[in-house]
Amino acid sequence: MDTVEDKVIRIIADQALLDPSDVTPASTLAELGIDSMALVETIFAIEETFDVSVPFNANEPAASQFDISSVGSIIAAVEDLVAARA
Amino acid sequence: MKRVVITGAGTINALAHDVKGTFEAFREGRCGITELDIRDKDRLSIQIGGQVHDWDPEARFNRQQIALYDKFTQFTLLAGREAVAQSGLNFDGRLSYEAGVVLGTAAGGVNTWDDNYRTVYEEGKNRVHPFVVPKLMNNAAASHLSMEFNLKGPSFTVATACASSNHAMGQAFHMIRSGMTQVMLTGGSESMLCFGGIKAWEGLRVMSRDACRPFSLNRNGMVQGEGAAIFVFEEHEHARARGAEILAEVVGFAMTSDASDIVMPNKQGAARAIAGALRDARLNGDEVGYINAHGTGTAANDKTECAAVADVFGPHADRLMISSTKSMHGHLIGGTGAVELLACIMALRDGVIAPTIGYEEPDPECALNVVPNVARDAKVKVALSNAFAFGGLNAVLALKRA
Repeated sequence: MDTVEDKVIRIIADQALLDPSDVTPASTLAELGIDSMALVETIFAIEETFDVSVPFNANEPAASQFDISSVGSIIAAVEDLVAARA
Repeated sequence: MKRVVITGAGTINALAHDVKGTFEAFREGRCGITELDIRDKDRLSIQIGGQVHDWDPEARFNRQQIALYDKFTQFTLLAGREAVAQSGLNFDGRLSYEAGVVLGTAAGGVNTWDDNYRTVYEEGKNRVHPFVVPKLMNNAAASHLSMEFNLKGPSFTVATACASSNHAMGQAFHMIRSGMTQVMLTGGSESMLCFGGIKAWEGLRVMSRDACRPFSLNRNGMVQGEGAAIFVFEEHEHARARGAEILAEVVGFAMTSDASDIVMPNKQGAARAIAGALRDARLNGDEVGYINAHGTGTAANDKTECAAVADVFGPHADRLMISSTKSMHGHLIGGTGAVELLACIMALRDGVIAPTIGYEEPDPECALNVVPNVARDAKVKVALSNAFAFGGLNAVLALKRA
């Protein structure tokens, strides 16, 4: 079965129009060309895929509890949300 | 005052996905109204419409664009590309600041409302796609058109129900005539053929279950359509200096309000708008050869419209030709005046008058020359396009042969 990491990378790769192999936990969203519109679509896709609610406010991304500083931080945050749900 | 000419036209509607095909259909008197192909059709009592078939957005737009473009925006962009290509204009330089967009739509992204209401009400989900608002807003099409062509001047959307496109084109005309802008993309778009969009119209009990037969004694209501038409309006000297082909000149516009009823038409309001357009264009009534009627196929509209025309033109009302192309493409609501302006351009330019099809029995209350069923060849110098909206808001454009 796909891990949370696999699925998150696939979502981000899909938004960045890249192959999943080009997206690593160390990548930042800016490096991948994810703009603010693609970011809200990414968050929507994460919520739909994992049936979670992501605490993200597009007005103040930095102040959100959801850490988007890198792909790895997003994966970790999603893992926490999935664990909290279970 | 500047003169205003049309140097580009584009459309997608039930008859064709371009102007050439639409003109062919007008000439042949072809009907674009078919059985609807939409979700939950079995729960509708109205099952026909002027629907755009074989529409493949993936062939025209990429995935990110489709995530942002409701169907009414997609239709607008397709028609806009055709119009701009024909005009030969390029908005890379200074012209971009002197060019804008005014579009008409009655309801904007109805399919987006409909799809997302299903998501939250029918499917019980608690979240919708992040782009619902920018996709459904009434000005989305105007904004995307401005982005596609780099138009940085005055741009907005007009919503006056069934007169939206005529009001929009009237604004574009005024802006160029007054010297405010050099070029305007204008026209309108509507895409209401979805379950909720048709259900709402069913409620009014003015819809036909079989055909749109304007002016015919046995008419039994309107038929909805969808699509868009976009025009390039350009200041005359600007067009002439670059040797552009001129499709027609826009010479007059008038708008009135009935101030009487939210749905019933009013002869005086309609007549004042028609007479106002003639006055604005400094034309005599007997110079008008063709009127593209509002002609919805409802009992109330058609007899009121004919009475208004008779009042304004007197004996000449029996000599001019008046037809309703809604019989072929359906009523595009906020986009209808734009598609219908094509019939005026065809009359002026090609000398072919689009017919009123589905005409079966003369109605003594609509006893004008309605060009029944078969197109007619005629040399026309001036054409009018009528639009009379719910809410009693009337808008009439006057066009002259180039």
